[in-house]
This record gives sequence, C-alpha cells and structure tokens, in this order.
Amino acid sequence: MHISEGVLAPAVLGAGAALAAAGMAVGLRRLDYDRLMTVALLSAAFFVGSLIHVPVGPGSVHLILNGLLGAVLGWAAFPSIFVALLLQALLFQFGGFTVLGVNTFNMAMPAVLGGLCCRPLIRRGGKARLAGAFCCGAGAVAGAALLTSLSLAWTDEGFVQAACLLLAAHLPVMLAEGVITMLVVGFLARVQPDILSFSANSHG
Amino acid sequence: MFDEPFAQGPSPIHGLDPRVRLAAAGGGACCLAVTHAPEAACAGLALSAALLACSLPPPGPLVRRWAVVNLFILFLWTTVPWSVPGASLWSAYGLSVSREGLELCLLVTLKSNAILFLFVALAASMPSPTAGCALARLGMPAKLVFLFLFTYRYLHVIADEWQRMRTAALLRGFRPRTDMHTYRTLGYMLGMVLVRSYERARHIYEAMLLRGFHGRFYTVVRFRTRPRDALFALAMLCGLAAILILDHRELFHV
Repeated sequence: MHISEGVLAPAVLGAGAALAAAGMAVGLRRLDYDRLMTVALLSAAFFVGSLIHVPVGPGSVHLILNGLLGAVLGWAAFPSIFVALLLQALLFQFGGFTVLGVNTFNMAMPAVLGGLCCRPLIRRGGKARLAGAFCCGAGAVAGAALLTSLSLAWTDEGFVQAACLLLAAHLPVMLAEGVITMLVVGFLARVQPDILSFSANSHG
Repeated sequence: MFDEPFAQGPSPIHGLDPRVRLAAAGGGACCLAVTHAPEAACAGLALSAALLACSLPPPGPLVRRWAVVNLFILFLWTTVPWSVPGASLWSAYGLSVSREGLELCLLVTLKSNAILFLFVALAASMPSPTAGCALARLGMPAKLVFLFLFTYRYLHVIADEWQRMRTAALLRGFRPRTDMHTYRTLGYMLGMVLVRSYERARHIYEAMLLRGFHGRFYTVVRFRTRPRDALFALAMLCGLAAILILDHRELFHV
C-alpha cells in the first residue's frame, strides 16, 4: 500500500501533505488528552494488527485495518495513521518524510468516509451491523488502493499500468479485510460496546 | 519485535544534535524528491551514500531493509518500461521497451534510494522517543507528539500481548488456513487486543492524573547545538544547493 520515496511528482506530494495536514487538524481539534491516551493505545494496537499475516489461498496478506480504524476513531484516524506511518518509517524505513502526507491521506480519508457512512448501520445491530462493518472494512481498503493508484497515475502516465496492477492486487486484501472488520466489530459489540461509540462521543 | 538497529552507534553522525539531523533529513528529502535530472539524482545518491557510510550502520539489517524497500521499485521496473510511449529499444511479442520508460525507472530508483540512505543515516540513527522530542522542538503540535510518544511506548507492550495470545492459540492446535475458523480466531484475538488496550489506556491516564498530569509534557532530554552541528548544517545546505543548481542547470547556463 505504501508508495516509496522519490516516486511521486512534487505537485502530488504537496497536495497530499496539505490535505493530510487539514485532516489532522480536524482530528486533533476534537481530542482532549483523556481521549488522546485512548487513541494512542488503540493506534498501537492497530499498528500491531497491521503486522498480522492473514492466509488467503496459497499466499497471505497483511491487514491494513484502516476501515476498522475509521469506524472506531472517526476523524482521529488521521493523526492515528500519521503516527503509525511515522513509526513505520523510523522502525522499518518504509516510506519517509516526503511521502508521509500522501500516504496518510490515501489511507485515512477512505477510513473516515467509511466510518461516517457505515456507523449508522453498525449502531443498528444484528445483520445490519455485520453488513456495515464488512462494507466499511472492504470499502476503506478499496478507497485507499484507488487513491494510491490515482497518486501514481497523476504523477506520470507511465505509471498507469502499475497503478492498475496495484488496484487488482488489492482485491483479495479487500475481502480479507472486510471479513476481519466484520468479525472484530461483532466481537467488540458483544464484549466492549463503548469502543464502538468512542468517536460518537467526541465533540470537544 | 521492534528493534532499532541503526539507533545507537559510535559514529560522528550519532553525535550530532537530533534536531539538526531531523531538519537536514527532512530538507534533504524534499530537495531530492523534486529533482528531475538524472545527474542531480546521482549527486544526491552520492551525498546520502557518503552520509550513510559516515553513520556506520550494521550491514545485515541495512541490506535486509534496503531489499524490502526496493521491492516497490522492482515492481515499477516490471511494468513502467513497457508502458511509457517513446523510442523503442527492444521489442518482443508486441511489447516494446522504451528509452523514456527506462529513464523514468532509473530516475525513480536513484531518487528513492538516495532518500532512503539519507533517512537511515540521519533520522533512523536516533531512538524513536528522541525523534519525538526533537520533532516537538521543531514545531510539531504538542498533541501529535503526545500521541507519537505514547503509541511508541505501548507498541512493545501490545505486541507482546499479541504474541502471548498467538502462542496460546498455537499451543492449542490453531493452524492458520483460508477458512472462516481462521478468520474468526484472528478477528477475535485482534478484538481482544483492542479491548485490553482500551482498558489499559484508562488505567494509564488515571495513573497520570493521580501524579499531577495536566496536559503538559516535561522532558529531561536537553538538546544542545554545538559548533560541529552548525558546520554540518552548513555543509548540508551547500550540498543540497549544489544538487538543486545541477538540477536546474539550464537556468544558470552552466
């Protein structure tokens, strides 16, 4: 899902950084320190979750979990994903300073939109909750793959083919992600339902 | 689980002020990201390779991480030379490799590796908490720094928790396959990790309130800028300016 450093055009990098900064400003404004601590711990949990290998057919995929993140954290997904990407850069050297903005926006915007669209369904319970959670998980990955492909395609028309391949490669991830998001949301609704209403209570 | 192999070392780079290092890494990355001439990208690669050599990184982890980061570049090499229109160099089965496509791939590879080396030499050469404090001094918003520091602090704790649950599952005969049972098990384990993190966050915050936390972070880390930091910053500025001038040669009639 990551785009490496040095690939994208300066205009795409700049636009991504500006949009990510705007999203983070919205996300941070709604958080006080009490909630920040919860966001920090959940971010760490999501970071660990994104390292899990999930078997799909003969291979395995890494989860991205941005849909679940959006469903739980709402706009706080922006700072949360930014911090996770910064840590990934420092700990594993995936990505770096210049692509941080683009990558944050590409993953966080579909997460926030998925969370906003699917939260009414998730709150309803029963089958609607499971359907909403699946759509949120799969949709957020699809959106992230689409934005990543568009960033490549806008940089140079030579990257269009690579962008299409990237989009196709994310189809199995979408399915796995949708199923896992559905199961986790079902689990949280039974065990600790107040996590699911975490972002609904934030109007600071 | 999350070791930082480049964070400690005896090199001259590790002795520099973390703020200067991060600012140089950020500024350098921006300069290298906007270059479009192969000569400038080559000069950038030479500069960052020299810095990387100065930071004396352990070779094993360096090669492994370099390979992983270059997987994406390899993926571009497999598609881009075929899909960029231009002068055909070689063709087979109706596909042709274009000169423009190869040039684009080469430029991206040079830039990507130059920025990676710069990042390993200057930013990955400090522990993450130090990087967080340095970013705070460089103007990152306090809430974001708080989030960064606490996410890092509890990353290891939560990763250990996940490992413990995974070991328990494996001991009970869990073998990951492509079926609903595997997905349900992984989903519930992940849900449990989230529930525990949620609880833990409440306990930590209450403990901090009890110890007088009121939204301000005091740090005992003190950064000092010495003459050699200024010298390094000046050399870095000159190097980057030279790369930018090389990149826009036509403007300067060199």
